[in-house]
Amino acid sequence: MDNLLQLNPNGLYCAAGDFYVDPWNPVERAVITHAHADHLCAGSKSYLCTRPSERLLRARVGVEGAVAPLVYGDVRNINGVDVSFHPAGHILGSAQVRLEYQGQIWVVSGDYKLAPDPTCAAFETVRCHAFVTESTFGLPIFRWPQPDAALDEINAWWRANQRAGKASVLFAYPLGKAQRVLAGINSSIGPVYTHGAIEQLNGIYRECGSALPATQYARSASPKTDWTRALIVAPPMAKKSPWLRRFGDFSTGMASGWMGIRGTRRRRSIDRGFVLSDHADWPALLSAIRGSGAERVWVTHGYRAPLARWLAENGVDADAIETRFEGEQDAQVADQADI
Amino acid sequence: MRAFADLYASLDETTKTNEKIAAMSRYFGSAPPEDVAWTVHFLIGRRPKRLIPTGDLVAWAIDEAKIPEWLFGESYQAVGDLAETIALLLPPAKATSDKPLRYWVEERLLPMRGWDDAARRESMIDAWRGMSERQRFAWNKLITGEFRVGVSQNLVVRALAEASGVEANVLAHRLMGDWQPTADFATQILGKETADADVSRPYPFCLAYPLEGEVESLGDMADWQIEWKWDGIRSQLIRREWRTFLWSRGEELITDRFPELAAAGALLPEGTVLDGEVLPWKDGAPLPFTQMQRRIGRKELGAKILAEVPVVLVVFDLLECNREDVRERPIEWRRVELERIVAAAGPESHLVASPLVAGASWEELKNTREQARSRGVEGFMLKRRGSPYRVGRRVGDWCKWKINPYSIDAVLIYAQPGSGRRASLFTDYTFGIWDEGELVPFAKAYSGLTDDEIRQVDAFVRNNTIEKFGPVRRVKPELVFELAFEAIQRSSRHRSGIAVRFPRMARWRTDKKAADADTIETIRALLPPEP
Repeated sequence: MDNLLQLNPNGLYCAAGDFYVDPWNPVERAVITHAHADHLCAGSKSYLCTRPSERLLRARVGVEGAVAPLVYGDVRNINGVDVSFHPAGHILGSAQVRLEYQGQIWVVSGDYKLAPDPTCAAFETVRCHAFVTESTFGLPIFRWPQPDAALDEINAWWRANQRAGKASVLFAYPLGKAQRVLAGINSSIGPVYTHGAIEQLNGIYRECGSALPATQYARSASPKTDWTRALIVAPPMAKKSPWLRRFGDFSTGMASGWMGIRGTRRRRSIDRGFVLSDHADWPALLSAIRGSGAERVWVTHGYRAPLARWLAENGVDADAIETRFEGEQDAQVADQADI
Repeated sequence: MRAFADLYASLDETTKTNEKIAAMSRYFGSAPPEDVAWTVHFLIGRRPKRLIPTGDLVAWAIDEAKIPEWLFGESYQAVGDLAETIALLLPPAKATSDKPLRYWVEERLLPMRGWDDAARRESMIDAWRGMSERQRFAWNKLITGEFRVGVSQNLVVRALAEASGVEANVLAHRLMGDWQPTADFATQILGKETADADVSRPYPFCLAYPLEGEVESLGDMADWQIEWKWDGIRSQLIRREWRTFLWSRGEELITDRFPELAAAGALLPEGTVLDGEVLPWKDGAPLPFTQMQRRIGRKELGAKILAEVPVVLVVFDLLECNREDVRERPIEWRRVELERIVAAAGPESHLVASPLVAGASWEELKNTREQARSRGVEGFMLKRRGSPYRVGRRVGDWCKWKINPYSIDAVLIYAQPGSGRRASLFTDYTFGIWDEGELVPFAKAYSGLTDDEIRQVDAFVRNNTIEKFGPVRRVKPELVFELAFEAIQRSSRHRSGIAVRFPRMARWRTDKKAADADTIETIRALLPPEP
């Protein structure tokens, strides 16, 4: 029997259903795992995604085509292929895409994590014949501490900065990580401000039922604001921006899985790195792959080759497949945005 | 180990000097003296001889982590630091060690020398199992010796000064030379008592800063003492209590390497310290530095090499005279005494007073500077008249005015990732020049680009790799860089037949194509005439 999915120059294509999963270029019909830019290309004729993703899709890339939302677990039949979404635990609305056709079941994981996150539905194990897994952190050096430990460290850093009379500027990827941090920190420590890019997405999270603490848009704060008590959550790209000057004396932190490696942390010259990732670490990747029961595994996004080789040496039929990025996608490229 | 690992983590997690000093000062004020001594020892870059071969350490870590060797290699390439890679790969920690640093260094690390492989392995794995993740990392750092946490000797001195109330200059001096990291030493360096017990101890070197802008910005030439800038091994020759010590600037005791200078010490008055450059020297002029390298490389110095490459100490300062520290005296006074001492040692002493350069104007001096290359020097040293001998590199009194480096245009042909802060970025480059229509490797260079340029070159390497050999990439020959270097010599060890000294990237020539790069003929023309 033919593979249900194959890779062509536009990405992962399902010939039986005539649609793509997270296509790299505009196509007729796109099925989207989640709303991060490396999984979502604007300009397709129609999109199928989860209901929260729909809101994010429109806000993020200004998708103009038809967007059909689907509830987790519901099935949509596309040209004979049963398509359904199952929580991936990565960010709000993130899903694994399950495809079933003539008894053959494929699951495309998109990005995922197994660790708890109050801002999105928890990862669901979906049994399948073939599993297309991400591998952003596909090396055994990546082993996350408990998320609570990272959040406690952020709280302690914030308090220490208050004592030292400094503002706390925390860089976090604006979609997903920022909200996870906001939901997890102890907001009784002081006022919380956000960068515009994050505040807009906070609105969508709240409408979708996330319990985020009260946040204020930093740009509209009074010029007399005492920033020394504040936590300011900003996207990494704001690091070099004059936007930061208003906060006076401040300490910088960053929440990302890449902070687990000293070299990447030091290269960014930020004061503190907090290891908090929305991706599966090495043990979680192995556990998710095992849990899927898949006989075949395709590895994409990140450290593809080492993970595929490790799986192959441990008796799994695994291959590394290409990703959207030109050349290599590795720490460096991904370093620019922990997505 | 807990306090030490925490100190390491706090030094590592901040880029701010004041926070580093505060963290060290807190530690020095609270840790037991023997731990303070060991910490100072490691922080200023001293380390025990490597006690465990890297291959063994990696093999044990691989066993303990239960991963294949190739996966360790992939992991190391992503991390770029051996100690950290091992700490990240070991199974999750279940314990934490309350034993002091002294225990780990003196009872677990240093005795490894006498143990067989099985005992070392067992001890190491037992150590890893007894430590938290943070402690394992600091421990691995002690073993691999790659102890960089952005702390200079100067910062350690400032923190010690803050913790003890002893003046920084005094502390800097106490940290020089051949001390042992013991509780006594820690008590002694932090004590108010100023008497100094160590006869071999050198003084902190005064370092010059490079001239920026035009030499005229230094004002009246009459305010400056002018000397040639020699390219040798900066050293202090010490004569105290009828013993002689020669220290390099890297604080290595090198007396044995230079028997000529060990003998010269005996010609000095009791209680003398001279500052100068050790140079290969014949017939009143320096030999090329490559000659010195021939000599440095040898364990045994035979009569032949001593005759072929004799050395002298070209002396340019006097730090101790008649057992008295004279660093605060003006440079003119020190110069007079220095000439007297060198003259008294006699013409066969292998001591040469660095000649002063005369000139009526900066303009005239610029002309004289043109002779620098033929004289085998790097340019001028300009020293402010009336100035004392200072500690370290300070802008103001000692200024180096180097001749413009050589420069050529070369093509990037190979790249490999750097280490530490540059891990997983392609930052180490090999450059080629044209030889009969082919690019031959000419020089390696690692420095000179901005962080932004490094990122751009890194992206180029990733997208233009032709071949991979382990971590090394052969790339499309497209990017042209202007390389600067200080000296050029014939070499049978290099494929191009040429060796250059201190090559670095002066500029990225985005305006040039690979075909515009220099050829081997143009570079050969820079070589000094065949001897």
